[in-house]
Order: sequence, then C-alpha cells, then structure tokens
Amino acid sequence: MSSKLTEPEVVAAIRKAGRQVNQNEGLIFEKSAPGKRGMELPPLDVPSVDPAEVLGPGNSRDSIEGFPEVSEIEVIRHFTRISTWNYAIDLGMYPLGSCTMKYNPRVNEHVARLDGLASEHPAQPADVSQGCLRILYDLQKCLLAITGMDAVTLQPVAGAQGELTGLLMIRAYLESQGNARKKVLIPDSAHGTNPASVVIAGYEVQNIKSNTRGQIDTDHLREFATEDVAALMVTNPSTIGVFEERIAEISAILHEKGALLYMDGANMNALAGVTRPGDFGVDVMHLNLHKTFSTPHGGGGPGAGPVVAKKILEPFLPVPVVVQKNGRYAFDHNRPKSVGRVRAYCGNFGVLLRALAYTLAYGPGILQATEDAVLNANYIRKNLEDSFDLPYNLPSMHEVVFSDARQKKHGVNTMDIAKRLIDYGFHPYTTAFPLIVPGAMMIEPTESESKEECDLFIDAMRSIALEAETNPELVKTAPHSTRVGRLDEVGAARKPILRWKP
Amino acid sequence: MRYLPKSPSEREEMLESIGTASVEDLFQSIPEKFRLRAPLDLPGPLSEMEIIQYFQARASENARGYTSFLGAGVYQHVRSVVADALIQRGEFLTSYTPYQAEISQGTLTAIFEFQTLMCQLTGQEVANASMYDGSTALTEAVLMAERLTGKHRVLVARSVHPEYRQVLATYAKNLGLTVEEIGYTKSGQLDTSALAKAKLDEAAAIVVQSPNFFGVLEELPALADAAHAAGALLVTTIAEAASLGIVRPPSEADIIAMEGQSFGIPPSYGGPYVGVIATREKFVRQMPGRLAGQTTDGEGRRGFVLTLATREQHIRREKATSNICTNEALYALAATIHLCLIGKEGLRELALQNLAKARFAASELEKIPGVKRVFSGRVFNEFVLEFPRSVKLINAALLREKIIGPLPLGLHYPELTKRGLVCVTEIMPRAEIERLAVAIKKILETPL
Repeated sequence: MSSKLTEPEVVAAIRKAGRQVNQNEGLIFEKSAPGKRGMELPPLDVPSVDPAEVLGPGNSRDSIEGFPEVSEIEVIRHFTRISTWNYAIDLGMYPLGSCTMKYNPRVNEHVARLDGLASEHPAQPADVSQGCLRILYDLQKCLLAITGMDAVTLQPVAGAQGELTGLLMIRAYLESQGNARKKVLIPDSAHGTNPASVVIAGYEVQNIKSNTRGQIDTDHLREFATEDVAALMVTNPSTIGVFEERIAEISAILHEKGALLYMDGANMNALAGVTRPGDFGVDVMHLNLHKTFSTPHGGGGPGAGPVVAKKILEPFLPVPVVVQKNGRYAFDHNRPKSVGRVRAYCGNFGVLLRALAYTLAYGPGILQATEDAVLNANYIRKNLEDSFDLPYNLPSMHEVVFSDARQKKHGVNTMDIAKRLIDYGFHPYTTAFPLIVPGAMMIEPTESESKEECDLFIDAMRSIALEAETNPELVKTAPHSTRVGRLDEVGAARKPILRWKP
Repeated sequence: MRYLPKSPSEREEMLESIGTASVEDLFQSIPEKFRLRAPLDLPGPLSEMEIIQYFQARASENARGYTSFLGAGVYQHVRSVVADALIQRGEFLTSYTPYQAEISQGTLTAIFEFQTLMCQLTGQEVANASMYDGSTALTEAVLMAERLTGKHRVLVARSVHPEYRQVLATYAKNLGLTVEEIGYTKSGQLDTSALAKAKLDEAAAIVVQSPNFFGVLEELPALADAAHAAGALLVTTIAEAASLGIVRPPSEADIIAMEGQSFGIPPSYGGPYVGVIATREKFVRQMPGRLAGQTTDGEGRRGFVLTLATREQHIRREKATSNICTNEALYALAATIHLCLIGKEGLRELALQNLAKARFAASELEKIPGVKRVFSGRVFNEFVLEFPRSVKLINAALLREKIIGPLPLGLHYPELTKRGLVCVTEIMPRAEIERLAVAIKKILETPL
C-alpha cells in the first residue's frame, strides 16, 4: 500500500462494505390513522360489561391519546426498515472491548421459545415445573465447573446486579463475623458499574491506582488493605486484557486482613477451560451470560449475571435456591441467612436457558473457543502494533488496548478512528475506556471471527492510520456512509426531547 | 465446532504471524499452578439436534397443555407472531447498546417509540428505555423518591406484590432506608386510617400497586393528595400493564414503576420481562436507566441518541443514580411492536375482554357452595376467593384435571390462608372457566 492515498484509493481500500439503498422511515406515530389495527381478537364469549359500571366512577379511561393505529404490514415494514439502520454481529465483527460480542447461536432462540418452556408461569407448582428447575440446576452445575466455585445463584439479571448481589453476600458474611466493615477497593481500570454497585451495597468506594504495567500495585494494595476493607473488586483479565499475574498474592493480602476478593467476570471469555477463578483465590464473582455465554445483547439487554461463590458465602445466597433431592427439583426458600431477594421470581430464565444451550453445544470444547478468542486478539495486536501505540506491553489475552497517541499528532482521536471504522463496514471498538489509557482503543474480536474477517479489520485499521496522516479531515468528519452523520449530543442533553408529540 | 470459523491450518497461519509456536504460549501469563490441565467436567458437546432434544425433554416435564389461572404479576395475554419474528431479526437481536448512534438508529428509534408509548399509557411526561422488571423498577423508583425528597423512610402498602417488597427490602437494608408497611381494609385497598397515623410528613413516598396484588384498584387521587399535602411523593407500581387499556392512568402519581410483561412477552418461567420507570419531566435528572432523545446531525436530519448519560454509572461511577447498565432493550422492542400491532382500539378491546371474563369467572366460582369473594374493591382481571379448605389441597386435585388453580395467598399473607388469587385474561375460553368451576365444585363435594 502506498503511503499517500488518493480519494478513489480510499474507497477501494474499503473492502468489507459497499453501498446499498436503505429505506427512509418516520416514526410509527406518524403513520397512524383512525380505524387501522394490526391485531384482532377472537369475539368475546362471555357477556360484555360496561367499564364504568365495573370499575366504578372515574376509574376508566376513554381512549389513549396519540396511541398508534396501524396495520400489520405497516408494522412489519416499519420495524424491518429501521432494523436495517443497525449494525449487528450477524453482519460482521463487533470488536467492542469488554463486551464480548460473539455469535448468538440460533438454536438457543429456538429452544427458548418451545411450548412448555416459554409458556411456563414462575408461580406454578414445582410438580409441573421439573423441566424448568432441572434446566436451572444443570446450568448451575456447568457454571460451578467452569469457575471452580462451590455455590451459585442464577437470580441476578445483569452483570451490575450480580456485582451488587456478590457484595451483599460479602457484607452479610462479614456481618456474621461481627463487622460489616466500611470500604470496598476498586482499581482505576474497573467498569463504572463496580463503584455504583458498591454504593448500593452500603460501602464507600476506595479507588486504587494501577501500576505502570496496568496491573494492581500490590504495595499500594497492602497500604490500603486495612481492617476497614470488606473486599477488593478485581476484573481479571483486567480491562486492558491482561491477566493479573499476582492474583494469588492479591488474594492473600486481602485474606490476611479478613477481607474478600470479588472478581468481575466480564472477561471470563479469556479464561473458560484454561483456569478457574476458584483456584486462584477468588471468593465470589459474577458471570455475564450475555457476554461469555453467547446470549444476545438485543440492543442493550436482557442479560443475566449469576453469582458463584466459595462455600463460606453459600448461606448468604439470595432466596430461593434451586435444590435437588432424590431426583426431584425444588426451590428452597428456607434460608435464614440469605441476603434476601434481588429480583422477583428466579431471574431471567429465558437467558439462563440460552446460556445452558451454549454450554451444552461446546461441552469441555469450550476451551477451543477461549483459545480462538485469545488467538484472534493477539493476531490483531501483532498486525496493528506498527500502526498504533500500545500503552501496556504485557501479553494480551482476549482483547488488546491501543491508544490514539500517534494519530493525535495529526489531530485524529480514538472517536474519529472509531467513526471512520463504520465507513469500512465495522462496528467501532470501545472508545475512551479503560480510563487508565488516554484515548483508548479497546478491541475484543472474540472467537467468532474468521481469519478473513480479522484480516479485513486489520486492513481497515491500517488504512485509517494512513488516512490519519495523509487526510486527517476525512477521518475527523467520519462517518461518511451512514444515514445520519455525527449527531448533536450536546443539544440532545440541553433540551431533551424524550418522546414524540403530535 | 460449528460456531468456530477457523480451520486448523488457518490457526497455524495466525500463530505463525504472531510469531509463536503454539496457542499455549499465549497463556503464559497465567501461572502454571493455576492452569487447568484436565478437561472441564461439562456435559456435551451436543449437536443442534441433541440440544433441541434435551430442551424438548425438559419442556415435557413442565405444565405443557395445562390450563392456568395464575397471574400475580405474570400474565398470559395474546402475542402476535409478528412481534416475535421481528425481534429475531439479527439487526435487533445481535446488536449492542446503541452508544454508536450512527449505526444504531434502528434501536434508538424503537426506544424513542417505546418511551412515547409508555408515557401515553401511564399519563406521565417521561419514561426510560427500560429497567430489568417490575420488582427492580419499583425499588429504583423508591430510591429515586428518596433522592428527590431527601427523606429516608417510605410507607409501602402490604398489597404491593410480596416479591417486589422483598426486593425493595434487600436494597433498602444497607442504604439507611426505612420501609414501613401499611395494611389493607376489607375492600382490599390500602388502609388510609393506618396511613394517617404513620407520620406521613417524614416519609419520602407512599408506595402502592394498582391494580394491587389482590387485583383491586387503589384510590390513587386521594392517596396522591394525602402524599402531596405532607410533602411526600406517590410511587405507583403497575404489575398488570394491560389494565391501562381501560383503567384510568395514574397521572397523579409522581413516579410509576411498571412491569411490561403483559405487552406480548411470554411468561418464560420468570423472565426476561421489561420494567419501566415513568415520571414527571422535572424529575428526569434523578431517573435511573438509559434514555433516548431526539436530535439532529450536521445537515439537520432527525436522529436519536442516548442522552442525559451524566446520570449513569459509566460516566458518574459511584455518584450515578443507579448501577444499572444492561437493561431489557429487546423486550422493550417486543412490547413496542406488540402495542403498535394491537393499537388504540385493540388494547381497549383486550382490556374490556379481561374485565368481562374476570367478572364471568368470579360469578361462576361464587356459585359454588362455600366459595366467596374476599374483597369488595373494584378489580380488573384478578380477584381473591375464600375456599372452605386449603387452596393447596384444591390445587393438588386440580392438577389431576390439568388445571393450575388459584395462587394460595397464605404463604405471603398468613391471615389469608384458604384464600386464593384467580386470574382470567382474554385468552381464557369460557369453556375452560366453566371447567374450572365444575372441577372445584366436585373437589369440594368430595370429603377430605
């Protein structure tokens, strides 16, 4: 590739994506007209009633102002059209660091919808719920095997709720020892949910600095690990994609002071089948089933954040707990030391079920997925090292974090490069996180990417690096190929328009 | 393995490019003593066919083919195949949170529509992009009321869903928030005389559910007046959102915490569902959860972005309004599609059918000797009945008829043993309601 690109070459360099017409479409409310509808009900087969009489005076409503009235075909077209404005894993690599955007197997969607599973009510008797309960029980066993832990709850419905649940269990355990303590230590590289969860658990956040290698500074940790500290929340591999080599020492420092080690399992995709947190000193952790275990992100959720823990924390698990006795499955509600409930019913069953389907598909072969994820990240790292600054030169696991330091010299930052990637047919990587890397470019390919897709990504990134030198304006004004350009976020926040009005 | 797109030789090529001899080298940073050297003890690998067989076997161990009269926060309503087909489009299903607005306009547009629909339904001014479910939405609404008032005590009706109250208790425990419960009267509504004694002026909020756990509508205007007169807020939770098709929206409430499962989302043994918080515009900066807002690009084209993010954990960390990150976007989309399909007339018709069927079922069941209505308050599609013997015993006999009977209330309300909560929605055929009545009559005629 030449060092200076002309415009036609720039277009030629975009190998993954071409141009295609997509449909304009307004809001559904703008299509509405009185008398249209998209769903009909069978006729009422019991005597009809007068709502004012049944509900009492003033308790009924006439009609819902502005509510849509559209036909079935209009609904199909509306949502199909707007769907084409989205990027998706099904279209290509989605290299968001820390998000583990891997393939979402279609069979999981199929089995989640089976009559007898999707149709089941959470309050129906255990006698007619044995299938659901066994699914939960089987998933519990799988998660314990993968993490090397002793006890599990599937109730938390997101990673952040898993964090809170784990912290509540730590608190309940410490209280049972006589002192709940005051603080939770959090490295400056942590996800934002960590400190937010700590506050809800009734603890103070004590931030601790990473060392020059991006790892937890054990001397620093020793200084902060006092009798006031309940726990340290560590993400391992860290948010720069590096394994905490001194994890056992970190665990020992905490345990010496009677504190516990919490692990944020957001990055478990680097570890499954290779090492088990239960073996390297972790006391409690959550898993993000919508990351490591392939359940679809669906534009922001749902997720599931099961928590696994060591034996000492088992009495404090949320109620109820799924148990098995003589081949019969049941919910055990009688757990006096439990932290209580964190959500109604038994959590996001439909997400849990998909995670089990994923685990069953791999079995012990999940190790190959882990290896491929790490292989992809290292392949991308190696092939982009010459083009981008690598702030921490430690061995990468499932993701690699570059910075925009070199491109900054030309006035191009990580967000510009991210937006330009869109023109090349890719979703951007994670920008501006972790906070310890200024201008971070956090790339996590996952195991779902072929060598071909990785090569296309590498070409795109190299090409953008070149553009940053030769034609920085092109990058700074990207994306150029989308329906809308960069949107006015400041204006959106200053005068919020949060709903349609006629 | 079918999900992995690499051949052995491609793996070799990639390793060569990296400059390592084996994939093993890539894991050297993990100390050897922590390396797992045995295969994981997991069932599988299973082919697609075997996975389907496993789950079909589990489905056959459940209540497939049973007729269920359970509601209590999770409702069986009509669902269109259209919504389910659309949410399985990869562009919706397999996309991430729409932080990169230019290539997420589909999701953002749908969220904006969802927020609008939720406002229209609840009579509120703003609604967020979703919460986990009704139980956690209620908890977050209470924490929001605490922030807005600076008071650390809430009065919660005992007629609020017991599991919602349990979740609130779990969160409240370590936050210095006192939760006091207010009982109910013979109408099944919140006991206002108990409220009068409860030092309302020191409370952040009165928290009620309507229709409440007993299916009874609360007197929201009066409760709102009482709360506002004392400087407190009214937080209202709605577990049966289909009621909003015919029941007057709680526009006098300050914060609504709603469960949207009724809008085309299957029961799925407890989740995923979709929670919502709706409130007044002036309270929006204390709201938890994501919000989509309308804006324009450089050329003046309309577009949508996630906005007011300075409330959220990824910006504010320990000072955020909530720790929520992942929400229930796909099911907010499902609810949006469902509501567009059923539309203005359909939602009203559906709600009217619920009213009619519940009234019919109540009158059929009340004809059985020894069976009577417990509460006198107005109901939507659920009601409480008193039986001459244990509901659990009746239910055990009903199961033999492939009927899942009323929810026994004794577990959560010790004073309500022998009482059961019956739910009848538009999907319940008249013949099944009659079959339930006949079956219960027969069971009660059989000596114990």
